[in-house]
Amino acid sequence: MIGSPDVVALTKEDDFGDSFTDPCSLPEEFSVPLFAHAANANPWTKTSYAKFSKDFILVSEFSEQVGPQPLITIPNDPKVCGTFDLNYFSLRIMSVDYQASFVGHPPGSNYPKLNFVEDSKVVLGDSKEGAFAYVHHLTLYDLEARGFVRPFCLAYISADERKIMHQFQELSSEFSKASEFLKSGNRKAFANELEKKLKDLEYTRLVLHKETELQKMNNGCYSTQAIEKANELANVEKSIYEHKDLLRQITSYPSRKKKDVDFIQQETEKPADMSVIDDTLNSHHSDIADKTVETESKSRKSSYTPQLIKAKSAKCFDKRLKTMEELCDASFFHQTLEQLNIIEKSFRGDLCLIYTSQIDRALLSKQSVTSFLFEAERDWEYGGTSKNFSISSNNPTVPILNLSGEPLSLDSYTTCIDVDHIKPGVESMEGPPESSTSDITQETSEAADTETKGSFSSDKSIEAFGGVSPSSLQANYFDGLERKSKVSIASPSENASSSVAVPQRTSDGNLVPMDAACCIGQDGFIFEEPLPELAQECCGDTVVNQEPLSFLQGDPALQVDYTFEESALAESPNMGLTFSELNTEEVAKINIEDVSDSTSFMSASTSSDRAVSLFTYGSALTLKQKKKAGHSALRFIRQYPFAQQAIFCLLSGRTLVILGVDEGTVRKLVNALFIFVPNLGKYGETVQPWLSSPFQLTDLQRWKLIGLQRAASPAGSSILHSLNRYSRYISILDCDNKTLRCPPYKGTLVSHLADHRTQIKRGSTYFLHVQGMLTQLTAKAFLYTFCHHIHLPMDINDQGSVTSRRTNFLLQLSYTVEESKIVHYLSELIKQHYIQGSSKGGNQSFCFNYTTSYLYKI
Amino acid sequence: MLRWILGGREAQGTVEKSAALFIGEEQPKNCFTEMQVLKGHFDIVRFLVQIDDLRFASAGDDGLVLIWNVETGDCLIELRGHTQQITAMISYTFIRGGNAHTALITASSDRTLSLWDPDSGNRVQNISDLQSPVKCLLVLVCLDVWLSGGNELCVWNRDFELQCKTVHHSDAGISAMVELPKNFIAAAMDKEIVIFKLNLSGSDIAVMAMRHLADHQDTIHSLIHINDGLFASGSHIGELIIWDSVDWTIQAYEHILWEEPARDGQSEFKLNHQKQIERSIQHMSSDGEYIVAAIGSGLYVYNVLMKSVVAYRRIAHDSNVLHTVLQRLMSCSEDGSVRMWELQDLPLPAEPASSGFFGMFGTFGRSSKQTGPPAKKIPEVPGLRSLELIGDLIGHSGAVQMFLSFKEKGLVTCSTDHLLIIWKDGEFQSQLRSLAVFQKLEENQEL
Repeated sequence: MIGSPDVVALTKEDDFGDSFTDPCSLPEEFSVPLFAHAANANPWTKTSYAKFSKDFILVSEFSEQVGPQPLITIPNDPKVCGTFDLNYFSLRIMSVDYQASFVGHPPGSNYPKLNFVEDSKVVLGDSKEGAFAYVHHLTLYDLEARGFVRPFCLAYISADERKIMHQFQELSSEFSKASEFLKSGNRKAFANELEKKLKDLEYTRLVLHKETELQKMNNGCYSTQAIEKANELANVEKSIYEHKDLLRQITSYPSRKKKDVDFIQQETEKPADMSVIDDTLNSHHSDIADKTVETESKSRKSSYTPQLIKAKSAKCFDKRLKTMEELCDASFFHQTLEQLNIIEKSFRGDLCLIYTSQIDRALLSKQSVTSFLFEAERDWEYGGTSKNFSISSNNPTVPILNLSGEPLSLDSYTTCIDVDHIKPGVESMEGPPESSTSDITQETSEAADTETKGSFSSDKSIEAFGGVSPSSLQANYFDGLERKSKVSIASPSENASSSVAVPQRTSDGNLVPMDAACCIGQDGFIFEEPLPELAQECCGDTVVNQEPLSFLQGDPALQVDYTFEESALAESPNMGLTFSELNTEEVAKINIEDVSDSTSFMSASTSSDRAVSLFTYGSALTLKQKKKAGHSALRFIRQYPFAQQAIFCLLSGRTLVILGVDEGTVRKLVNALFIFVPNLGKYGETVQPWLSSPFQLTDLQRWKLIGLQRAASPAGSSILHSLNRYSRYISILDCDNKTLRCPPYKGTLVSHLADHRTQIKRGSTYFLHVQGMLTQLTAKAFLYTFCHHIHLPMDINDQGSVTSRRTNFLLQLSYTVEESKIVHYLSELIKQHYIQGSSKGGNQSFCFNYTTSYLYKI
Repeated sequence: MLRWILGGREAQGTVEKSAALFIGEEQPKNCFTEMQVLKGHFDIVRFLVQIDDLRFASAGDDGLVLIWNVETGDCLIELRGHTQQITAMISYTFIRGGNAHTALITASSDRTLSLWDPDSGNRVQNISDLQSPVKCLLVLVCLDVWLSGGNELCVWNRDFELQCKTVHHSDAGISAMVELPKNFIAAAMDKEIVIFKLNLSGSDIAVMAMRHLADHQDTIHSLIHINDGLFASGSHIGELIIWDSVDWTIQAYEHILWEEPARDGQSEFKLNHQKQIERSIQHMSSDGEYIVAAIGSGLYVYNVLMKSVVAYRRIAHDSNVLHTVLQRLMSCSEDGSVRMWELQDLPLPAEPASSGFFGMFGTFGRSSKQTGPPAKKIPEVPGLRSLELIGDLIGHSGAVQMFLSFKEKGLVTCSTDHLLIIWKDGEFQSQLRSLAVFQKLEENQEL
């Protein structure tokens, strides 16, 4: 962590005169614009006059039937928008600029022409509402829409005008990505639709042709019916021609964007999706009477039967307009939603925080030589199209940062939404895709049945929005989303009951009543916490994947258990609300994190080997996991007086074996200690959380932290034998006897890092503290590695002097002999990393020292 | 050692009886602080042969020959072809086109002999259907021929053409050979040493047995070349004979008896039993002046010129020592460890023999006190020095079969556990890496 937003925000303008320039100050491009420090105003009260609690993304449509209407908000939480009038705001943002794209019959042309227009991006402010928005307009094609075009807009709404202005470039580039997903999906769907329509038309032509022939045979050439039929036929012909032309236009869309890897992947990914869309498209072609056909075609899927259609399209208001998801290919739509979620996450929080994290990332990217040691690996930053980051603070045209990955440094702001966000990825992979879609289509067609078309008032749609209950948060996220995207046409009475539930839940909230979102966040968080890990752990294991779902759907006993554990484990003074004046939301969430730590430990110690663990092979470690580990580490330090020695072992590269009978306890300790393992690897490759077979010599090379089972079996004795055999290379932490056998450590460095009397209360704070210390250590190791004169021999027979110069250098850095080992080890890692590049291949050698170990007891 | 893991409170209260020496973990003189484990074999690795400054070959019971780079630890080439275990391997350097080429000759139980090119991995030559498996190989550089020893002795030229061979000897066959001056060869066959002469007449080579030296009482396990004038042989019952290379007379005869006969009568049976196992000379190596012999689980350093014992340690390892080297005195053993020794001068024997003796050997640690060397030997050998353990390398989980030193580049060990380990000087490697880093910085112009 490079900087803390709190510190930056509270920094005053230079009080000590201008003449002094701090030599250590950051270069101009990395400085954060200071908060305008007017009248000691609390910088976090700024949003108070806005009617929504935090920034959100609004997706709106200018419907040709009902006018501007909101479709989706991200985060998908009614509390975020609060009393903010989405309907009104949709009207405002849609009225700005949507006619930029013109489709239809241009003068001098006989048939409709598609205009591939660029999206428009504007900033819009509404001082009365206290809302400022970045508005991204785009148009999607719909064969049944007026002029084949459906205007949509994506808006990022914030109470902070400066945020919108300063982050315009980033917003624009991120929203362009989202828009591009939508549009490419739309082109695909539109082309499909056109093809179907063409088939229909050709079929109709065939039928008409036959009928005309028949008419001619029966009544002669010039009978009224015959002429009518001929006219109809001509109309169909013309329609075919027009549609063919449209198809040509849409397929000849400049494929410049296709170069993007994502798109290629998407195109090749799911051919099965096509059929699903076909069904939905099909069902909307004709009336509801065709519902039987729809279900039929669902069973067949692959083949499409052309239908007899009328040459003239139905009137505008006679039909239900396609939803956004139908307009785009489903996978593209989900990708868009994902992207929007990412945007929401990465721009969450104060402007200052965003700046800090951007600078953080920019700086980290420059430190690729050392950042692998303790920083979370972010290969999306280094890989491929690495841009040169240069941030200038006061210039609004900040170069575009690649924010497409997980916004790691913003995770302290995570809520239940985050958890949700991870989950659907798994489920959408595994769940049968038809089931949910078919549900939805049924639901919508039912809704279309009951509702008289076009009778929505704007109020109702808003109400429907407000009626999204927190319980739906706990349900399948995508289901929820899809439902919400249909909410505008669903009957409001359906939602009435669930909307009642909201105030009840808020009254439960024992934290900060003023912000109900927190409480909901907490509930959701605690119940769902183990989910992503479980889901990740057993990817593809459907049995276990079911488990959390049923659990979610509200087994009261389980929930009681959980709350019990929660209260039992809340013995640490973490729950204090002393920071409420700072940022209530964050405090609440941090508490939640801590509590969930404890619960996950509890479950880990009691349940089977499915126990919650941070380490699951194949899943990347997130910063969030590391922060939670901070909490465990804090507990470890308080509990074990020899924590410093254990941490010293890890830092100096000596493998630490945690030996115990109980898997839960061992895993708990592994979780507590893994943040101290240098070069942890993206997936925590250097840690083996649970091993029940004897380890080999090569394992010592691979793993620096091993959880080992102590068993009273023949296998167990061979495990002990291997421990004994390699005892000079390892340190052993015995969970059961609470002993540690390791080399002695004398020094202050690790005691700063792991002070058992530390005043730090919270896991995430402690994690940041550790990060800070480790960054400092890394900086020293960097200095040591790249200091020219201490490593290069003066002449050929000069090995001895190099050694002494090295030793002296480390002594000058005021490191003791033991601490020198840490720096030395880090330095070796840096060297190896630099020489070999980031590739982990090759046969690594394994360094060790010949030192006596001692047995430490509690 | 196991006790504290099992929860015992007395950590290292009692040293197990079998433990010969315990040096502890503080080893300031042990520079090997880095190891690299090489995987590739599927069975016991028995042979290591150096090819050049950078490469070495390993071979073993899986019939595979692997070529490794000692600096990176990469396996460069796999030589596949033998269907059974490899019984002997030697490097063969010859001049072709003005350049020296090094090839490998391997012999296997599948009765084949192969010549390999370690650069390309090709099996350049192959001879199969030999009458008996080859147990040892010897290259005579001056004649540019090489010899294989099994039940008979065969002489081959560079192109793998059989030049001549001896008649069938015995079932025991030739277990070791050394080159003697004037185209003579000494070969160990069970209890005898047979001297062969290679007669060169034009391009033809003939081999004939010259003499049988039958002075050993038991099977000869080890036969080495000491210097131009001497060679040595060691037998199963601890007889060490130094021979003159020219006239094949005995220069020195040592019968190494670890146990003093009838020193303590109550354990006579046990001692007799032990004798049979522990006195066997499994391996010897020499630098021309000294011989180090692996005798049972002990080590024995002999000065050839002075014809006297320099130092010895009856129990140097927990079990039999398999390989030794004198330059940097090391030994490896069936107990899976490699130990490094240092010859240290004993304090002047001014004090009375008995107390001085126990004082001296007290430094060896508890175990050596219990089984201290025979006191009577001290006055016999005035120049006796002590063998001090300065470090051990623990890594293999099976017997360490052999090791090969690349000087400052490291030490390679091979073992029954199918692994090879390169032990390196951590400090030196670190400096090398620093140099590599600065070199890369310079290349990338990041300096």
